Amino acid sequence: MIDTLLLWLFAGTALVAAAMMLVLRHPMRVALALAATMLSLAGVYALLGVHAIAIFQVLIYVGAVMVFMVYAIMLLDVRDRSFTGRFSWLLVPGVVAAVAFLAVLAHGVWRGLPEPVASAAGAHSAVSSFGIQRFSLEFLNEYWLHFELVSVLLVAAVVAALAVLEVGRRNRG
Amino acid sequence: MLISLSAVLFALGLLGVIVRRNVLVMLMCMELMLNAVNLSLVTFAQQTATAAGAVLVLLVFVVATAEIAIAIPIVLLLVKRKDVLDLGLYNDLKG
Repeated sequence: MIDTLLLWLFAGTALVAAAMMLVLRHPMRVALALAATMLSLAGVYALLGVHAIAIFQVLIYVGAVMVFMVYAIMLLDVRDRSFTGRFSWLLVPGVVAAVAFLAVLAHGVWRGLPEPVASAAGAHSAVSSFGIQRFSLEFLNEYWLHFELVSVLLVAAVVAALAVLEVGRRNRG
Repeated sequence: MLISLSAVLFALGLLGVIVRRNVLVMLMCMELMLNAVNLSLVTFAQQTATAAGAVLVLLVFVVATAEIAIAIPIVLLLVKRKDVLDLGLYNDLKG
């Protein structure tokens, strides 16, 4: 009972905060709205019983990505008044495209879903043993190659970021 | 319900990338799209009781981190060059 209530609460918070991201003007407020969305999604994950993902959501997304984003906002001059409106000229086509995309998703994907996924609205007590122990055992037993490839990707990303900064420094100097 | 929530979140993120003009806001809307995909993956993983979806979510985390780590220096360089955050003004490549 209370689980279902909390699930609806977190889902509603995520939805409202995501909608606020589109209309807020200041980038810092947008960042705060995005952090609220991520925290509510972490709550949803925890309520679903996937605790490992909820912890990583808070640690990586809210703790690392959003802090990095907030640093970038503080570093740049966001009180830039060079543009007049917050929306580009693509506002009307964008809304039409998003609505059409949503309709296609609702029509096409929903039909293709298997029955338990489509009908289980709040049946989150079905699997209770999806804890962090089982997750890590399966992760490191079956997906260890992907784990190693991820480290290669991260090294490549770090090298690429350093290369971008080095190009900028050379252009300036 | 959660699948539809994730679809709506993805559409909102897509809309934000299309309509907003600020580079940083567009980046954050891309993060929102990744979050929406994560939500659908977690829902599938939990309802089919397999670990594959959760592992995929972990890989998406890594991809999001790498993306932001490369995108923010690029944004810094762009802003250093022109001193505006409005992506509509970066039309140097327009033919």
